[in-house]
This record gives sequence, C-alpha cells and structure tokens, in this order.
Amino acid sequence: MRIRRILSIIKKEFIQIKRDKPSLGIAIMMPLMMMFLFGYAVKVEVDHVPTAVWDESQTLQSREFIRSFQNSNYFDVVTYVSNRGEMQALMDTGEVKAALHIPPDFSRNILKGEPAQTEMLVDGSDPTVARTVFSSGVLIAEHFSRNISLKTMLKRGSGTITLPVELKPRVEYNPSFKTEIFTIPGLIGLVMQNITVMLTAFSLVRERERGTIEQLIVTPIKPAELMIGKLIPYIFIALIDFTLSLSIGMFWFHVPVKGSLALLFPLALVFIIVALSIGILISTVARTQLQAMQMTMLFLLPSIILSGFIFPLDAMPEIVRLISYMIPLTYFLRIIRGIVVKGVGFDILYSDTLALAFFGLVLFTLAIVRFRKKLE
Amino acid sequence: MDYAVELNGITKKYGNLTAVDNLNLKIPPGSIFGFLGPNGSGKTTTIRMMCGVLTPTSGSGKVLGYDILKNPEEIKKKIGYMSQKFSLYEDLTVEENLDFYGEIYSIPPKEFKERKDIVYRMAGLSGREKTLAGNLSGGWKQRLALGCALIHKPSLLFLDEPTAGVDPVSRRIFWKVIREMTKNNITVIVSTHYMDEAQTCDLVGFIFKGKLLDFGDPNEIVKKNNAQNLEDVFIKYVEEMTGEHHGVRPLDIFFNG
Ligand SMILES: Nc1ncnc2c1ncn2[C@@H]1O[C@H](COP(=O)(O)OP(=O)(O)O)[C@@H](O)[C@H]1O
Ligand SMILES: [Mg+2]
Repeated sequence: MRIRRILSIIKKEFIQIKRDKPSLGIAIMMPLMMMFLFGYAVKVEVDHVPTAVWDESQTLQSREFIRSFQNSNYFDVVTYVSNRGEMQALMDTGEVKAALHIPPDFSRNILKGEPAQTEMLVDGSDPTVARTVFSSGVLIAEHFSRNISLKTMLKRGSGTITLPVELKPRVEYNPSFKTEIFTIPGLIGLVMQNITVMLTAFSLVRERERGTIEQLIVTPIKPAELMIGKLIPYIFIALIDFTLSLSIGMFWFHVPVKGSLALLFPLALVFIIVALSIGILISTVARTQLQAMQMTMLFLLPSIILSGFIFPLDAMPEIVRLISYMIPLTYFLRIIRGIVVKGVGFDILYSDTLALAFFGLVLFTLAIVRFRKKLE
Repeated sequence: MDYAVELNGITKKYGNLTAVDNLNLKIPPGSIFGFLGPNGSGKTTTIRMMCGVLTPTSGSGKVLGYDILKNPEEIKKKIGYMSQKFSLYEDLTVEENLDFYGEIYSIPPKEFKERKDIVYRMAGLSGREKTLAGNLSGGWKQRLALGCALIHKPSLLFLDEPTAGVDPVSRRIFWKVIREMTKNNITVIVSTHYMDEAQTCDLVGFIFKGKLLDFGDPNEIVKKNNAQNLEDVFIKYVEEMTGEHHGVRPLDIFFNG
C-alpha cells in the first residue's frame, strides 16, 4: 500500500468535487433541506390541542377549572357546546381533538367536599398524541383539585394539612416531554446516513459510467488504495453535513446537546465511515447511478423503520429486533440520543461504538475484496 | 522472455457470442504489431485480455513474461494502455491528468518533472497544460491519452485505434512516437483501420469474427497473396470467410463488416 497513491486519489477526488458545483451543492443543501422538512414533520405537536367544552355547571368553580386547562397551553378551548351530540360531532369531524364535560353537580360536590366527576374525551386516532393529551388532562385536574382541598382545609382552619398519599412522577432527561428532544437527534442520524451512503455510492459508479475506470484498473493501483482514497474526501463533506445538521437541531429546533460535543464528533466520524463504506460496497455491485440509487433506497427504507428512529426497539418482536441489530443506524441513534438527550459518556456508549467500528471494518473490507480490477 | 506477448488459444465468450476465438499470437519484443480487423472483430477484447483487465473464457497467455491469469498486476506495472474510448478525467486539466497518473505509477518526484517534459514534447501537448481534458478536441484528447500511457516509461504500449477519426497532425505525431518507442526496444501493439499505417508495421495480424486469419510481415503477406497491397489481401480474406464477392468499393464492405 502506497500513501502517495492514496493521496493522489484524494487530490483528484477533491478537484472533481470542487469542479462539480451542482453535486457539491446537493451534498451540502440536502441535509439542510431534510432537516428542516423532516424536522417539522417529526415534531409531534401536543400543545394547543383544539378542545371543546360542555359546561353544564356554569359556575365560578367550573369556569376556574376551564381556565386552568386553557392556561396550561396544552389545550385551546376553541368552542363551547351544550349537549353530548354536538361534542361528538366536533370530535367526528376532527375540529377538536379533545372535549371536556363538566356535569351540573360539579360546583355543588366541590363545595360539599365530595369528589366531583368530570369527563374528558380524547381523539385516539394518533395514540402518541392521545396519550400525551390524556396525561396532561389528568395532571391539570389533579393540580386543580389539590388546590381546592388545600383552600378548604385552610378555610376550615384545621391545624394539620394531610394530603392523601401522592406519587409524584419525575421524568428524567426530557422532563417537559418535548418530542423534538427525542426526534431531532434521531433525525440527524438518519439524514447523515442517507446523504453519506449516496456520496460514495455514486463516486465509484460514476467512474464506471464515464469509462474512466478502464484507465484506472489498467494501472498497478491496489483496490485498498483506491477505496481509501475515495473514502477520505467524503469524510470531510460528511463532517460538514453533520455539523450543519447538528447546528440546525441545536439552534433552530432548540434541542440542546446535554453531553460532550468532543465525544459526539469522533463517534459521528465512526458512523460516517460505516455509512461511506456501505456506499462503496453498493458501488462495487451497481453498474449505473440509477442502480446505485435503487440499492441505496432498498437499504435506507428498512433502516428508517427498524433502527428505532420511529418505533422503539423494545416494542419490536424478537425477530424484528434481531434485524434492527444488523442496521448500523440503530447503534448511532443510541449514541447520538445518549449524548444529546441524556448527556452520557463513553463509558456507557463504548459497546455501541464497538459495534459500529466492527460494521465499518467488515463492510469496508468486503468492499475491497469485492472490488475487481476487471471489466466484464 | 522470448516474446513480449504470447497468447495460446485465448477465447472470450459473451453468452452465445464468441468475441475472440482460440487466438494464438507471438510478438517479439521491440516490434510494432498492427492489429487489423473490421469493427466488432475482437481487437479491443483481445487487447483487454492482454492487459489483464478482462479474464479470458479459456486459453492462456504471457505478457512480458508474466501469466495474464496469475500475474496481471505485474503486467500492469510495465504496460501503457490507451483505450479506444477516451477514458481520462474530462473534469481534470491536461496537467492534472498527467500528474494523477504519474503518481499512480509511483514515478519518483525527481524524475517526474523531466518525464513530464518529455511526454509533453512527444505527444505535442505543450501549451494546453491548463486546459480541461473535456474541452480538448478529438485529436488532442487522443494525444493526452497517449501522454498518460507513456508517462511511466512502459516496456509495452497498447494503443487501441489511436488514430481513428483524428486530424492528420495528431496522426503523424502518433506514428512518430510509435517509431521512437521501438528504438528503445519498446513493443507497440496498435490496432487500426488504416491500411497505409499497417503497411509500415513490423508485423500485422488480421482478425475477423474473433479468428486470427493471418499473421506476419506485411510485405510478405502481400507478396504471398499476389496482391497490390494489404487492403486487397484483407478484402480477399473477408470474402473467403463470408463466401461473398463484392465487385464494388471493397473498402466499404471491409469496414462495415
Ligand atoms: N462487454 C461486452 N458484452 C457483450 N458483448 C461484447 C462486450 N464487449 C464486446 N462485445 C462484443 O464482442 C465483439 C468484439 O468486440 P470488440 O473486441 O470490441 O471488437 P473491435 O475492437 O474489433 O471492434 C463484438 O461483437 C462486440 O459486440
Ligand atoms: Mg475496438
């Protein structure tokens, strides 16, 4: 293996990248576009849920109760109705995603110090939204009733304030349940994978399509020299892409990186090398850029579903989960979420990093072995 | 090493098509071998097998003493190859292409500058160093390809139809270079359409439908067949092979297969 040959390939690739402005533009713009586009798409809005209210009590207490919903920012009271039929109709058409029903005896029960039943309807079409809406409603109601019991007890003047046993849940890492905290880091991983695989997949196939491969394979260049030389320039581009995607996540979607950036970048580099190797492997099989594109898609699609980007791995059946472990993105999602969301260190992430490094080694070696200095 | 190239029963099949059919060839070092035949007769396929970039279906061969099946990488160090279709980087300049191949062939940096000057002069490339290869005209592209094939001082040079469709100046440059090479005992294998070019080769081989129909000194071949020139000889061969006789413009039939 000769360093000079590798350097000459790197230099040549850089010159070609520099002169191919449209491709360079795409390589830089694509992650930006994907981040903005998907960033909003994956942001599940669970605040300001349009809500209908059926207030049969029409009292000071009921209005206060409604206000506490309104003030929570989770609910937007958009309309008042006067019977169950109207409430149901609004839910059916999707005009409201939640409905709050306060029965006539609401105030009376409160003043008597008896439990006051209220009712909440939630549109369950999207379980994620429904779950959040539901738990927000419960929280608000609990908070409201605690205030009332406090007030009444104070009014009665009894010396001891005894609240029933209370479970106060504390959510770690993402206490406000902001979905973007979870989805944006995943998106960065996904976007990186998509761009990076394509970068190298095209680079070698282009040589085949243009016929320049013929002159190259008639020289004494070794497959490893060619592959390494082709990989390195794209590492730089991929690192730029990663920096851009991460910046959009941090500054546009306001997802702070809790852990160390100095750890995130080297681990991202490992993932980039894995993804570039996948691209190179594809290009040793594909004959045309179209084929390379199709193979890339064939590889990317399952990784979106199975990597844990959308559905948690824990919820998958055993066999499917085994496939997930074959997808490099799975490990990088754990790494980037670990660092961004939880702020964990290498002591936690080393096994995922090792898995990635292993993938990189195997895939890159496979590409070198597969690459034949032959025509057909 | 008795021969620069020695092919024994080399065959290449593409599905049902036999592109090269049981070909035997012996080319002594330092000679110019003209490889003649109409389009699609198997010249390029044969040359690629000699360069070690195409695996023959059967048969064996040696190039510069190395087995084409077992040792293609050793062969690649010592040969220069100019493909029929331009296969250098169109988005690189003349100089960048030369630099790239110079480095790929690991020419020592000290020697490289001198080598480059020689190649610029031989291939008549001076003045176009900074031009993008893609912006060169056909003849100039071919000259650049020749330059890249020569940059590492190969012992054996393969030129696949280097003069097809190029201007007369470039054509003259090519033949000047080819003759200069043999002075240094470099073997040149050149495929061509042009019979006047072929006449000046040390050896010619005529291939048709993958079969080598004749091989030898061009003057002897003409004499042996009682013909005026090579062109007449090869028309005769094609007619014998196809069983046809055409009274008109033999050259057209020859070239259109
Ligand atoms: N890669 C290939 N796949 C299928 N057929 C091929 C391939 N390369 C060449 N051929 C066929 O082999 C025959 C010989 O081609 P070639 O060696 O290019 O001829 P020449 O160089 O003399 O014009 C032709 O019929 C051509 O169509
Ligand atoms: Mg040809």
